Amino acid sequence: MRGAPPGARLWDVTAHAFHSDFALRVNGADRPLTLDHRVTLLDALREHLALTGAKKGCDHGQCGACTVLIDGERVNSCLVFAVAAQGRDITTIEGVAGLAAPEELHPLQRAFLDHDGFQCGYCTPGQICSAIGALTEAARGWPSHATADLAAGVGAPGELDADEIRERMSGNLCRCGAYPGIVAAIREVAGADGGGAPARAGAAGGAR
Amino acid sequence: MTTLQRTVGAEVTRVEGREKVTGAALYAYEYPVPDALYAWAVQSTVPRGTVRAVDPAAALSLPGVVAVLDSRNVVRLRPTDTPELAVLQSPEVAYRGQIVAAVVADTFETARQAAAAVRVEYDVDDHDAELTDGDPRIFVPDTVNGGYPGHTETGDVEAALAAAPVVLDATYTTPPEHTATMEPHATIAVWDGDTLTLYNGDQGPWMTAARVAELFGLPEGAVRIVADHTGGGFGSKAIPRPPTVLAALAARAVGRPVKVAATRQQMFTMVSYRTPTRQRIRLGAERDGRLTAIWHDALQQSSTLTPYCEQTVTCTRVMYAARHRRTTHRLAQLDVPTPSWMRAPGEAPGMFALESAMDELAVELGMDPIDLRVANEPARDPETGHPFSSRNLVACLREGAARFGWAGRDPAPGRRREGRWLAGTGVAACNYPALTWPSTATARAEPGGGFTVRIAAADIGTGARTALTQVAADELGVAIDRVTLDIGRSAYGQAPWAGGSMGLSSWGWAVSKACRALVKRLDEVSGAIPPDGLEVRADTAEDVEARRAFSRHAYGAQFAEVRVDAVTGQVRVDRLLGMFAAGRVINPRTAGSQLRGGMCMGLSTALYENLETDPRFGDFANHDLATYHIAAHADVRDVQAHWLEEDDDELNPMGSKGIGELGIVGTAAAIANAVYHATGVRVRDLPITVERVRAGLPAGPPAGFSAGPSTR
Ligand code: FES
Ligand code: FES
Repeated sequence: MRGAPPGARLWDVTAHAFHSDFALRVNGADRPLTLDHRVTLLDALREHLALTGAKKGCDHGQCGACTVLIDGERVNSCLVFAVAAQGRDITTIEGVAGLAAPEELHPLQRAFLDHDGFQCGYCTPGQICSAIGALTEAARGWPSHATADLAAGVGAPGELDADEIRERMSGNLCRCGAYPGIVAAIREVAGADGGGAPARAGAAGGAR
Repeated sequence: MTTLQRTVGAEVTRVEGREKVTGAALYAYEYPVPDALYAWAVQSTVPRGTVRAVDPAAALSLPGVVAVLDSRNVVRLRPTDTPELAVLQSPEVAYRGQIVAAVVADTFETARQAAAAVRVEYDVDDHDAELTDGDPRIFVPDTVNGGYPGHTETGDVEAALAAAPVVLDATYTTPPEHTATMEPHATIAVWDGDTLTLYNGDQGPWMTAARVAELFGLPEGAVRIVADHTGGGFGSKAIPRPPTVLAALAARAVGRPVKVAATRQQMFTMVSYRTPTRQRIRLGAERDGRLTAIWHDALQQSSTLTPYCEQTVTCTRVMYAARHRRTTHRLAQLDVPTPSWMRAPGEAPGMFALESAMDELAVELGMDPIDLRVANEPARDPETGHPFSSRNLVACLREGAARFGWAGRDPAPGRRREGRWLAGTGVAACNYPALTWPSTATARAEPGGGFTVRIAAADIGTGARTALTQVAADELGVAIDRVTLDIGRSAYGQAPWAGGSMGLSSWGWAVSKACRALVKRLDEVSGAIPPDGLEVRADTAEDVEARRAFSRHAYGAQFAEVRVDAVTGQVRVDRLLGMFAAGRVINPRTAGSQLRGGMCMGLSTALYENLETDPRFGDFANHDLATYHIAAHADVRDVQAHWLEEDDDELNPMGSKGIGELGIVGTAAAIANAVYHATGVRVRDLPITVERVRAGLPAGPPAGFSAGPSTR
């Protein structure tokens, strides 16, 4: 660690003086970095590792656009300092397909395409990473505010109804209002459709 | 050529979809520009006054700070008709949140820290940021946004109201609302001599380039916009906003590329919000429901910088027949941030008022609200007298009613109780003008057998890139995978913005024309493509100009089913169903998303969105997404968008009407009307908060109260 010179008074020490050399493990690769301690994980990815898939929508934990997976759990990367993510396994949207290898796309990425679960696409990487995390949580039986019996939790992800998915995904805002398509995509992957043909939420069609 | 299935009308997956779901799509801030510095805006902390001094010393002493900019050390811009863009051109402060200085530093973190260290002193003037009726500054503008007259009048509305057997007179308000695009406004500015490249979140690359060139006194073409992907716009990225100008100024000042991204908090004062409105509607009707008089008056605000007045009452001018009519916009210029476009400017708040009033009148008359609207269907545009190019409002109301299950609805309010919930349904009509602007495009046959079509369009999530690919493929008579459709660069030539729902109509016409011309050229040369390809350029200026006079609008009917908690007043929207008539739909998949997205935003404005003006400070008390609420997943349940097939030969070669804004119009009224039906409480002020609903509910738990789940 490089820090303030010895004898520096607190008020002489700009945070600028504090940098560390460290590595982040991102999408399976160790990436060496020298960063100001104030750099968030989100900015480390976007500004220093050219991984711009994680988006900045608010920079303070209110929109979910920056969601990545840390050791498999969904996390708002704007709320984590990069230095604090050392030794963790970070997966970004650029790496989620690898979780489903040998597929070219993660099933959720495919489902988002099939259900048109996005418009501008800015919230999309966060939605997809968050959905992966949400389904992992459900697989453990974790309840949500929408779960009827908190003690019993939920069974399998496939048992999540639309309200459960909406509740669990509510940390990921979409100003384009692609919510119906997003929920349909997640339900399909969760197995809620029983593996049938993609049900298109809010199906559109012409009256003939 | 072999016969191909036409792709227009087919559910084509977004052509850039894969890039978006894999994170490969680059948005403005994400282009790998070497050697870039970071700029951070310092905003005024006073609502009105003059910057007396900017002390950059503390900021400059921080390692990594390259410059502190203020009105004394940036280049002079040309005078502009958009004073909002005269960034750092004078020490005058017109609103709280205006950019008064900026820091440029080598890292994002340092720029932020240094911006907080800049000391700004002001001479503070008195301010007035409160919109009140009776303010002596209120005036009626000659024209409003879109070029519409500020005031129109036919017949004698006052006499007609005095003589009408049934009169409705009510006042509705809507609050300031914010576009709150998920991608905050961002720009990377790169100067190379006297040419400027801006990687910019942008709805209209060519128009932005022209405007920035004008500001900097540069020749046309010297400013290039790159906007391959834009993370939402809703009007706020249709023209450059202050952060874009700041990036260009800062890059000029320091001689290096500069990145600027508005923070979420800065967004609320730096880029466009929707004006609050105070609207009074007076309707006079016969007992059979036929309207004799319509009077719609709308009071709005702008900043002192610019008299921006949106077209809040123009929707009323086309909606219903009535012999006597008056519509007026009134504007007050206050010491507030400058409002501007937000999805369906004018129509969205205007139709909330008009369609709430129609519902109130239907109640008054004891008439079904659909029948009331049908009874007032005009044969021609009621103000201009022009024939409609097509108008299927009645069909939307009828078909929508059938799909929604309207028949047999008991009109009495407050009667349907399910546990602690009161249930109700509501309807509202909507319209949006079908605008078209001239555009240019090029189409090129490549020697390898592919085609490249270029147009300075923008896809802000509308699906324009995909729909234009479909239009091109059909005109060229090839499969869509043989067409490369390039958009998002000003260098592709004159084209309008993605705004006013005119994108696809305007761009598609130019693409269609260019492709047809190319097919003709290919015939002339018997398909012999030279080694460097064969290119044609099309310009639709004359075609658009030559259109006959028609009233061109898309119409629709919005239905809502709500539940209201009889104790807390909480409103849940269980179902929204929109039935639209918008000409030919090019891509049902992306069109459905557009319309549903608009309806979601309509729901959001109905129930949640409210920028709280703080008159003491002159700006908004809420300036983040925790305090400015927009609809989240849990708020949006069953949302369906359907449409009628509509043939209209008076529009453009595709026969399409814009749909980007139609879906948000009328939604809030349908929900407010459903809340009334559920509870008997008429909320005339958006958003429909628990306090407003509860104020009209009987005190104490209702009979039959049972504590059920309250959140689902
Ligand atoms: S950017 Fe992290 S939550 Fe919004
Ligand atoms: S797709 Fe635009 S914000 Fe979600």
